[in-house]
Amino acid sequence: MDNSLYQRRRLRNRFHLTMSVLTAAFGLCWLVFILAMLLIKGLGGLNLAVFTQMTPPPGSDGGLLNAIVGSLILTFLGVAIGTPLAILAGTYMAEYGRYSKLTNVVRFINDILLSAPSIVIGLFVYGIMVRPMGYFSGLAGSVALAILVVPVVVRTTEDMLLLVPNQMREAAAALGAPRWTVIRYVSYRAAKTGIITGILLAIARISGETAPLLFTALNNQFWSTNILAPMPSLPVVIFQFALSPYEDWQRLAWTGALLITVAVLTLSILARVLVSKKES
Amino acid sequence: MVELTFDPAEARAEEKQRDSRRASLGRLILTDRFFKNFTRAAALLVLALLFGVILTLVEGSIPALKQFGISFFWTEEWNPVKERFGALAPIYGTVVTSIIAMLVAVPVGLGIAIFLTELCPQALRRPVGIAIELLAGIPSIIYGIWGLFVFAPFLQRYVQPAIIDTLGNIPGIGALFAGPPYGIGVLTAGLILGIMVLPFIASITRDVFETVPPVLKESAYGLGATTWEVVWKVVLPYTRAGVIGGVMLALGRALGETMAVTFVIGNAHRISASVLQPGTTISAAIANEFVEALQALHTSSLTALGLVLFIITFFVLACARLLLASLNKRAGG
Repeated sequence: MDNSLYQRRRLRNRFHLTMSVLTAAFGLCWLVFILAMLLIKGLGGLNLAVFTQMTPPPGSDGGLLNAIVGSLILTFLGVAIGTPLAILAGTYMAEYGRYSKLTNVVRFINDILLSAPSIVIGLFVYGIMVRPMGYFSGLAGSVALAILVVPVVVRTTEDMLLLVPNQMREAAAALGAPRWTVIRYVSYRAAKTGIITGILLAIARISGETAPLLFTALNNQFWSTNILAPMPSLPVVIFQFALSPYEDWQRLAWTGALLITVAVLTLSILARVLVSKKES
Repeated sequence: MVELTFDPAEARAEEKQRDSRRASLGRLILTDRFFKNFTRAAALLVLALLFGVILTLVEGSIPALKQFGISFFWTEEWNPVKERFGALAPIYGTVVTSIIAMLVAVPVGLGIAIFLTELCPQALRRPVGIAIELLAGIPSIIYGIWGLFVFAPFLQRYVQPAIIDTLGNIPGIGALFAGPPYGIGVLTAGLILGIMVLPFIASITRDVFETVPPVLKESAYGLGATTWEVVWKVVLPYTRAGVIGGVMLALGRALGETMAVTFVIGNAHRISASVLQPGTTISAAIANEFVEALQALHTSSLTALGLVLFIITFFVLACARLLLASLNKRAGG
């Protein structure tokens, strides 16, 4: 009697643990499958022309140069617009208004913005920039990306500043340093690596974003560095090329997808290395 | 004796020094006040972003809502030529794909989390955990392109015929799995969403599981509980709020996800009983049609869809954050 109960429990345990291992293996298999296909399909089309030639019309050879440069410009501007605002907001939340009601509200809203659908951000920027200006532009695209940067950087800035020990602030204040000096020369210095990590993660997040660019930066078949004109970007080109019936376009789409993935993974790994270096 | 003399020059110098000190102190106070307000303005701007998004969406959707009234939300027809627009098909598609995604991702994600916290050899724990976190950062367009060129043909050739032949013949639920195997469709989109949110659920639940105090688990083991009993009766009840919060966070992502879905959903504005048929979701409809929408009413209807999406995800994400926050409070106190 007692023994059979024990056996039953052991069986149940064995069964559920096996299921857990199997589901884990199953889930990881798919993810490995995706990366493997990406490598196989993407490496095939990878050559020098990808980095030196413009996106081609269907049926001819070409590369992704204008899309890559467009993506770099959009990402750079997005970070340049979003980061200062986000760092200031994070500074308020961790330094000046640590216990204020405003901070709690902003933190809550920021967390929601962090996972808000990016296509809605695209609609928002369309409404405030593209429609009033009358044309699609790279600037609108980078504002949309900046709005995606803000919540990531606000979050990491606040978290990192909260990790700075209060004794350091008190020591500086005891020497007569005003609040702002304490923040600039003590808090920021101590939290620098963490804040940079946040920025890297934000870049990783926006470099693959497609949805908010579809109707802000639009796309451009040609070389363009004018931020007041439609600007090509790697994700949007991938979207357009992958859904096209032309095989050479589809090949370029795979190559572009591989490039984005490599860039995103490199950034995330870099961010991790920074964090772990700081910890050790 | 100290000579007490009054030297006007010295007094003037002292006074001057005092004045300049006061002035610079005043400057410091002013700068500090300036920066305090400056950073506060930045924080307020983050708040303003949210209200800006809501206001812009509401403003943009007014023409459509005026035209169609409240029936916009339960009209299936979506006809740009006749300028008749209804939101039911995209809303339905969004909900169904997200349900399918959760059906796949929640059990598998929990399985991975249990594996990582209870079963995995210590040496593998960190690498597997990091791999999952990295995968959570892969842009959704990658999942989309993979879904279109690899996953959909695979389903069409091997999986869907089998589903149609077996599940499709069962009376009752057979209608859910009827029709020709297109490859693309609601089921495919839901499965890809599931694979996409899988790393989110796995990494959040793993983090949540790690908040369980070891003493609790050890005492259960001490009483002779099996590993499964510890997970089911100690870990899960302790972390219930956090796990639900994590799942809702993933649901928020799945609801609003655009690119992974747009590639494989088929973009058909209709509601089919069968999940093998093409459909559409709110985000896919916006992504596909917004630039090409010619009439103001079409644009406005798409904006109204965006508003619906934003409201739904807002509530889901708000619940998720509140649940996760309640767990943090307990872990802290």
